[in-house]
Amino acid sequence: MMQTQPAGWDRNQMAARAAQELEDGTYVNLGIGIPTLVSNYIPKGVQVTLQSENGMLGMGPFPYEGEEDADLINAGKQTITELPQTAYFDSATSFAMIRGGKIAMAILGAMEVAENGDLANWMIPGKLVKGMGGAMDLVAGVGRVVVVMDHTSKHGESKVLKACTLPLTGKGVVDRIITNMGVLDVVPGGLKIVELADGISEAQLRAATEATIVDA
Amino acid sequence: MKKVYRNATEALDGLLHDGMLIASGGFGLCGIPELLLAAIRDAGTKNLVFASNNAGVDDFGIGILLQTRQVRKMISSYVGENAEFMRQYLSGELELEFNPQGTLAERMRAGGAGIPGFYTRTGVGTIIAEGKDHRDFNGQTYIMEEGIFADLAIIKAWKADETGNLIFRKTARNFNVPAGMCGKVCVAEVEEIVPTGSLDPDAIHLPGIYVHRIIQGAHEKRIEQRTVRKRETA
Repeated sequence: MMQTQPAGWDRNQMAARAAQELEDGTYVNLGIGIPTLVSNYIPKGVQVTLQSENGMLGMGPFPYEGEEDADLINAGKQTITELPQTAYFDSATSFAMIRGGKIAMAILGAMEVAENGDLANWMIPGKLVKGMGGAMDLVAGVGRVVVVMDHTSKHGESKVLKACTLPLTGKGVVDRIITNMGVLDVVPGGLKIVELADGISEAQLRAATEATIVDA
Repeated sequence: MKKVYRNATEALDGLLHDGMLIASGGFGLCGIPELLLAAIRDAGTKNLVFASNNAGVDDFGIGILLQTRQVRKMISSYVGENAEFMRQYLSGELELEFNPQGTLAERMRAGGAGIPGFYTRTGVGTIIAEGKDHRDFNGQTYIMEEGIFADLAIIKAWKADETGNLIFRKTARNFNVPAGMCGKVCVAEVEEIVPTGSLDPDAIHLPGIYVHRIIQGAHEKRIEQRTVRKRETA
């Protein structure tokens, strides 16, 4: 993909930055896409237990070739492995812990976010709709929602908006936004710049952001 | 009461009728009742409504019932892996009700627990909430979702004893427990039926009270996304 906008962080750098959000001793759910890469960058000394909403706590890495087990998959339907602390449970129990606020944080992808914390990541009207899966439950239930996404579309249009144009996954649910251009927090009145990506100026980030940026 | 049947066709005898609501276990292709789905295809029952997290793939899982046009409506959270599903849906032949995954699981659990409705924060402020009862509890807005009471539940477990006590294996448990709970009748297919008394009573995942008929059979257990890592070479 050609970048017309300043690039900043690549996918792996975004995932590495998102991994800095992980707190020791917590239970975390990682979405599909860049969020899955976060597990490659868990900081040393930080122990997190990954939840997979199809019914598992303590998700391990992909299996070695020949050791795949059809009964052991993650929410992306990929074969995975278990760890010594793994626990399995049914889907109702899985979403009980999600809705019940037991999961400290979810790191998810997004199509659009808005300055009030609205998130859209499941449906584009008129296009193929695959479904929301567990995303609506996750954003409604977990303690903190961190979104990892490209700051702009392929055409350079901002995806960090005053108001989402796509159908919502959740209303006022996002806490922190990590994009290729930097890190923003949802605060009263708009978004606050927390950090700029390498090689990105504040002016570049502001120019690529439709949402209101609140001065710290 | 004898719960063990010889095969899927016999286990479903007298239970199927056109237009019925069937709750099915499984997540993706993991833990799906593949033998019972094949028997429903062979029975030719029509206008079925399925409450199932996914719709299988074109030639496996619920996908085989889409090919034969036996399904009128799906209640699901994610249907992305099935081209025939999309074709029928976009042409208006197939009805689709999207439920958030946790809402679908809880609707099944609630139905099985005799709870006709419950309030959840999931979906508040989204199109899922349209037309649903809203109510505030402690300053938070919730929407009401209804329990699912299925005519039939079809599920897949790892082991059963002859009284229908079930044990699942790893992430193949998924929707099989809540789906199994919400059926007026529940038929379970398992990899092995063991003599009563040989399962640890403390390790039963779904007690036999929920399970009316059981069959043992060979399962294909297809893998949807085979992902592996390289062995480190010494």
